[in-house]
Amino acid sequence: MNEAALTPTAAITPTAAVEEPTLVRPYGDTTGDGMVQVSFTLPIPHSKRAEGAAAQLANKMGINPALVVHAKAMGPDFTFFVVYGPVSHLVDLSAVKVVEREFPLLTAKEVNAAVKSRLRRRLVVVGACIGTDAHTVGIDAILNIKGFAGEKGLEYYSEVTVVNLGAQVLVPELVERARQEKADAVLVSQVVSQRDAHLYNTMEMSAAFREAYPAGKTPLLVVGGPRFDESATAELGVDRIFGKGTTPSEVASYLVHTLIRPGGQTGERQTGERQTGERQTLEGQTMEGQTGDSPHE
Amino acid sequence: MPPRSEASPLALDAAVVRRARTLARKAGAPVVKLAKTHTTLSVERATLRLAGLSGADAERIPWVNHLVDRVRAEVGLEHGVALPVWDALARGEAPDLLTLAQKAAAGSVGLRLPEGKRAARAGRAARADVSGGIRRIDRSRKDRQRLIGKLGDPRQRPWVYLIVATGDIYEDIPQAQAAAREGADVIAVIRSTGQSLLDYVPEGATREGYAGTYATQENFRLMRAALDEVSSELGRYVRLTNYASGLCMPEIATLAGMERLDMMLNDSMYGILFRDINPIRTFVDQRFSRQIHARAGIIINTGEDNYLTTADAVEAAHTVTVSQLLNEYFAKEAGLADWQLGLGHAFEINPDLPDSFRLELAHALLARTLFPDAPLKWMPPTKHMTGDIFRGHLLDGFFNLAGALTGQGILLVGMMTEAVVTPWLSDRDLALQNVRYVMNACAGLREDFRPPPDGFIATRARQVLGEAVELLDEIVDDGLLNAIADGTFGLMRRPADAGKGLDGVFRRASGYVNPAVDLLAEGAKR
Repeated sequence: MNEAALTPTAAITPTAAVEEPTLVRPYGDTTGDGMVQVSFTLPIPHSKRAEGAAAQLANKMGINPALVVHAKAMGPDFTFFVVYGPVSHLVDLSAVKVVEREFPLLTAKEVNAAVKSRLRRRLVVVGACIGTDAHTVGIDAILNIKGFAGEKGLEYYSEVTVVNLGAQVLVPELVERARQEKADAVLVSQVVSQRDAHLYNTMEMSAAFREAYPAGKTPLLVVGGPRFDESATAELGVDRIFGKGTTPSEVASYLVHTLIRPGGQTGERQTGERQTGERQTLEGQTMEGQTGDSPHE
Repeated sequence: MPPRSEASPLALDAAVVRRARTLARKAGAPVVKLAKTHTTLSVERATLRLAGLSGADAERIPWVNHLVDRVRAEVGLEHGVALPVWDALARGEAPDLLTLAQKAAAGSVGLRLPEGKRAARAGRAARADVSGGIRRIDRSRKDRQRLIGKLGDPRQRPWVYLIVATGDIYEDIPQAQAAAREGADVIAVIRSTGQSLLDYVPEGATREGYAGTYATQENFRLMRAALDEVSSELGRYVRLTNYASGLCMPEIATLAGMERLDMMLNDSMYGILFRDINPIRTFVDQRFSRQIHARAGIIINTGEDNYLTTADAVEAAHTVTVSQLLNEYFAKEAGLADWQLGLGHAFEINPDLPDSFRLELAHALLARTLFPDAPLKWMPPTKHMTGDIFRGHLLDGFFNLAGALTGQGILLVGMMTEAVVTPWLSDRDLALQNVRYVMNACAGLREDFRPPPDGFIATRARQVLGEAVELLDEIVDDGLLNAIADGTFGLMRRPADAGKGLDGVFRRASGYVNPAVDLLAEGAKR
């Protein structure tokens, strides 16, 4: 398709010691050509007009001229398009902002190695759905070996002991079990959010842990669910909130980052951190709604 | 399917194959004994469903749960629900099952274990009612045969299997019909995540599921009716699949049989390993559900592909073979025929590995050769799908090619957007084009594909079979339940005295009566 590509407007002659450019364009086969490819479906039958519609959409995306290189009917009501063309937009590298995760993402192997070498015992995680919530989807996605989004759950990690209490666990029961198991972290999943049940349940849970443990000795309290505001840690009295689409390795990496300081062998956390709730959030970093198409149930 | 007389293309030693099957039988037999001497909450609830009890209270708790829980609380379940329930009906506690269940929920019914003549009478009445459900399953099977006779089967093998998973049955229906029109021969409605751990079957048509749609009797009925409609339009019978797994496996199997589902995912160990369901609960439930599937003419799909997502697909290749042999033993013991065994396996070898495709062919051909009359279920790559959709599309093409070359029976269509998004309309269309291209280009290539007996593929296949026999040997020595407890499969340790649903397992007392179990074992209609 390169024959059809536009020639670049201006030939840039690079000098030996150019600085890194702050403005860049997409690259097809020539510097500055701005070429991109996109594919999409429109809910209209395939016709000449449909191809015009695709070109119009591409124009509105900044692709001009738009080369509709492929159009195919998918059933009577839809048409699939592939469009090539130069995009008029520039990328300003100096204006790129990225919200960084506050912890590095580790593989299962790295998590196991960190626990083994630095904690020198297995990391104990107790998980539950509390209150009337019977939706164990979230907690199971994180803890069960089956996992989520192509990742295995924490059960799969050889250096992590997982105690999954399942659905409708009472808060006192959860606290008792966490003490028995000497839990390093407690993971609570809340899906039902009618009348803010997820918020009240979480606050009840964190208050119960503060009451039952000496100050600064509570296990790491982590909640997750689709309706939480990830920055509300202080308000809810927990250490971390995970939103929709969080994967097991994110949780495992967070646990290692927070509980196992580099060099330090025990997880002496600074509990003050929790009170201020000033940790950065994962906003914008989660895989929203990407459940994947697992053919394995 | 090749005739049995065809010489083994892999030069497998017939004695080794026989030994593998003998060992699978030895490993499985003690577990079958356990299954025959225990019952579970869900087996008893399935029995009531066969007798016609359905529906739920205002809180959506099914009546079968209410009634079984009441029997359990008052007389225990060691004798089964049949005697106390039909004794209560005979004593006029309620005019019918539904009223009895409603009264049981309110706590206003007296249940007891009848003896002597009263027990015999209750047993006969129970059998009469339960046989109604069995005959309904028989009718569904006949209906399927009639429709296949009229409309015909897919013209090609493998059958093209596509997943629908919106969470809303009323969205699933047009999607499933569209998929059938685009070429799908089998539609699987994936279940809502977490349904496997619910100890009840939800009721009615459902519109809210998480990454899938709840399996309910009404959803089954609606989808089957929609596929019947599109089947007549297309002139080929489009099959419907769901999942008989989790804590309600026997009930879901029963509902599937009654509502004419055509295939069910039903693995002997999946729930134990991947859902932490108690092993004994699983084996008891599984045997009952497989007896139902056998009766209903349903093709089961087993889940060996799952092992390869946790373990390495080359190192763990033999665990797939072992599991296939165990699934075959348990299935046949429960009355399933070869044509009903959709034994699973998958294309999950790391594509960066040298000779990865030759290894895939070796493993796929081994399964094909060991189970010549089974419609093997061939699962697409998932583990090495990275989000690079272009590479993924190529990998799916090779997966399709391996399926054609090795004569797989059911091909689950791989999506290039695996691990990126739930499939878009265009993803599905491109995936089906991929399948069609391969089938059109080389459906008959299998005839020409005869790997030499001393070549890489045949040698590798024999090696995997050898490793499978070694592992089976160990399992027989150790006992299957101990092997599961020790983490032999999928690296998970699952002891027999732990896991979900254990408190719903009961050792059958000597006077245990369950007409469903009897009717299925005898193959009787009344």
